[in-house]
Amino acid sequence: MRRQFIKSAVAFGLAAVVAGVGIAGSAQAAGQSLLNVSYDPTREHYQQINAGFAKKWAAQGSGAVAIRQSHGGSGKQSRSVIDGLPADVVTLALAYDIDVIASKAKLLPANWQARLPNNSAPYYSTIVFLVRKGNPKAIHDWDDLAKPGVKVITPNPKTSGGARWNYLAAYGYGLRKYGSAAGARDYLVKLFRNVPVLDSGARGSTTTFVQRGQGDVLIAWENEAHLAVNQLGKGQFEIVAPSVSILAEPPVALVDKNVDRNGTRKLATAYLNYLYTPEAQEIIARNYYRPRNPEVAAKYAGKFPKLPLFTIDKNFGGWAKAQAIHFNNGGLFDQVFEDAKR
Amino acid sequence: MCLNRPPGLRRGDGFDYEGIEGDPALTTRRSAIPGLSLTLGVTIFWLSLIVLIPLSALFLRAASGGWAHFVEAAFSPRAVAAYRVSFGTALIAAAINSVFGLLIAFVLVRYRFFGQRFVSALVDLPFALPTAVAGIALTAIYASNGWVGSIIEPHGIQIAYKPQGIVVALVFIGLPFIVRTVEPVLADLGRDPEEASATLGANRWQTFRFVVLPEIMPALITGFALAFARGVGEYGSVIFIAGNMPFQSEISPLLIVTSLEEYDYAGATGIAVVMLLASLAVLLLINWIQHRERVRRGL
Amino acid sequence: MSSRKHPLDPPALVKWGLVLVALVYIGIVVMLPLASVFSEAFAQGWDLWWLAIDDPDALAAIRLTLLVAVVAVPLNCVFGVAASWAVAKHDFAGKAFLISLIDLPFSISPVVSGMVYVLLFGAQGWIGPWLQEHDIQIIYALPGIILATIFVTFPFVARELIPLMQAQGRDEEEAALSLGASGFQTFRKVTLPNIRWGLLYGVLLCNARAMGEFGAVSVVSGHIRGETNTMPLHIELLYNDYNLSAAFAVASLLAGLALVTLALKTILEWRHGDALAARGH
Repeated sequence: MRRQFIKSAVAFGLAAVVAGVGIAGSAQAAGQSLLNVSYDPTREHYQQINAGFAKKWAAQGSGAVAIRQSHGGSGKQSRSVIDGLPADVVTLALAYDIDVIASKAKLLPANWQARLPNNSAPYYSTIVFLVRKGNPKAIHDWDDLAKPGVKVITPNPKTSGGARWNYLAAYGYGLRKYGSAAGARDYLVKLFRNVPVLDSGARGSTTTFVQRGQGDVLIAWENEAHLAVNQLGKGQFEIVAPSVSILAEPPVALVDKNVDRNGTRKLATAYLNYLYTPEAQEIIARNYYRPRNPEVAAKYAGKFPKLPLFTIDKNFGGWAKAQAIHFNNGGLFDQVFEDAKR
Repeated sequence: MCLNRPPGLRRGDGFDYEGIEGDPALTTRRSAIPGLSLTLGVTIFWLSLIVLIPLSALFLRAASGGWAHFVEAAFSPRAVAAYRVSFGTALIAAAINSVFGLLIAFVLVRYRFFGQRFVSALVDLPFALPTAVAGIALTAIYASNGWVGSIIEPHGIQIAYKPQGIVVALVFIGLPFIVRTVEPVLADLGRDPEEASATLGANRWQTFRFVVLPEIMPALITGFALAFARGVGEYGSVIFIAGNMPFQSEISPLLIVTSLEEYDYAGATGIAVVMLLASLAVLLLINWIQHRERVRRGL
Repeated sequence: MSSRKHPLDPPALVKWGLVLVALVYIGIVVMLPLASVFSEAFAQGWDLWWLAIDDPDALAAIRLTLLVAVVAVPLNCVFGVAASWAVAKHDFAGKAFLISLIDLPFSISPVVSGMVYVLLFGAQGWIGPWLQEHDIQIIYALPGIILATIFVTFPFVARELIPLMQAQGRDEEEAALSLGASGFQTFRKVTLPNIRWGLLYGVLLCNARAMGEFGAVSVVSGHIRGETNTMPLHIELLYNDYNLSAAFAVASLLAGLALVTLALKTILEWRHGDALAARGH
């Protein structure tokens, strides 16, 4: 018995040592590295961007670079950075989530958005509908989402950046169509009454709609809708562009305090600037984000339907105001949601 | 409460430690064995570092806003709805498992059949299988294009993304608690009381209802409480299969995570404190049941 | 419980009916999810399964998971032995309370266990600012993941050993001491052989939980690809990448670990059941 035990103990010890050695052996000699904390639907996009940048950086003779990625709901990612996730750059779904990093943790200056061209958004997008093949519920515009019997999939605006754009686009449509805040609110109550699942991130919603077969329509980022269509083969889903939508600008920023601590300011700056180069803009367009570079935009113009877009600054008075009115605790979204579920 | 070995398995386990050292002469005598200060020191140091200091951070954070603020955060309509979902589904799941868990324990103790050891080992699978794995597997099965979902959904029964889905996940998680708590008590009971009952003319159902059930009731309630406590706090397996709809299928642990993501520390800590107190209450309840059991058995 | 028919045994029909219900229930509740993990993992063949495992991020997740377990399990093992020695072999005031405290992590939602470390070590937490000044990263890095894992697996070993050591009493140790053995000799030569199988049992279950923890680790991980994603988190990430077959491939590894754990556990109970059970009855 005793010998048996010793044998077992030795075996366990050996296993532990082997595992430990394996780990030590594989620990990479860290070259230069950068942590990009991003939101949910940018996974495939940044995978390609990172490869492109690493190639370019090495070609310049600046050495090897490893870009590390973290993805999640935009609000969640922002909170993690506030709580100490050592992001060198943040590439989030909306400016407010970076504003909060500036105001709560003071990791970057309040005027961060003016430091890069185009409001620090090297690409933009909009919100469209993804419906099942043949569009069986005949969904063509925002009004159709509020009809009884239509199941709408959208993530939770409290945690998902994409969902805030979805919500604001719908609200903007309601304002325009019904001419009053009360009318827009009624419209939203009807819409959210049709929402059976509320995932915490845009990616979760897409999975729910595409792979789990829930709902009749997914309100999604344009790029996410295209990705879903392409990943699962054409023919299962259709993209519907509504009559009007919102100009969604996912901004990028350098996290000053973190890059200074990590000694990565130069690398991080080069990385963000790379996003504006024609080469990166091509990658961006190929991933169905709308590029800023005029030539690239012209080249890919056929991919992106032209539709009138609200803007957060003109139609909603900027993110700070929109956040306070709609998304703070007890704000309009909370009220709408409670009414919808009553 | 994920117990490596549920408490009823051995009578010496769990909360009846004093019972073993019942002799007052023994308990007042100082142990002759050395090493108390060293081992107790290590224990208290490690306990403080890993458990007590972090938990006190939680309580202080929750208390920092004052009582009114705490109540407002911990009992907002959405939080109350989440408690209702968490506690309700955990209760239903524990109830379902009480019936079937008792039956499985009974079958495992009383009958011999081919593959019994294998079945007995399988009962413990929910202890050993990571919750995230259980979550994606259950979702795959019960979604409308899954093995079970594709059969039941045409009949209008939907499980995934509904509160029912949470119950399914918690039934999976909770099964071993009931079986492993009831099994040893049932084995201990032996057949004498039943034989006596039969001799007195009781039929099988009466024997079970009036002789066996009262004997195993404390163990059953303990198993129920353990499964319930574990179910209330469960996160990994539930989030994949629940629809995560506020007011409908949002569980309390998810609301904690969501509140954190919304920078709402007051809400997150408030709900966490309520859940912590609830699980402490369950712990005390189990403690009390076992104490009463001990007194009843005259140990 | 012989195989001979007991006069109180119900008619065969009832017996097999009950067995059937039990088997069907276990089949639906337990077997079905297990089967679906392996079925989905291998649905597209071995090659794709291997591709999912042989991916740098997946390998990094496997390494991280092993590393976390290699650190967390021995620490909790030392703690468990110390705690059970203190509790089982000595008497002191507040013992029942201490045992309840050791049990506490069982009853706490994993999410809460992760959150307390964010409140403590986060940049906005108690000692976060001090840690930042000194360039120490705890949450969103390896130390935080290890701490959260230690928290959730905290009681496993102690919980297994305390009743075992209590049931074994103190006589053997007292005898050894009276013969002139030192305290440590007594532990090594007398106590350890008595509890070895129980210890192994506790370590086994502690390890299974350490490698599979999701909720607590998820809160403190930061989800950096190939760096702070443990295997359960990597599964979630693949799941959200539309890469369902890869998610199930990695899940099948963890399910395999669970099966090995159960097998070892069953063997231990089978061959050393007498040494495992604190004979309260």
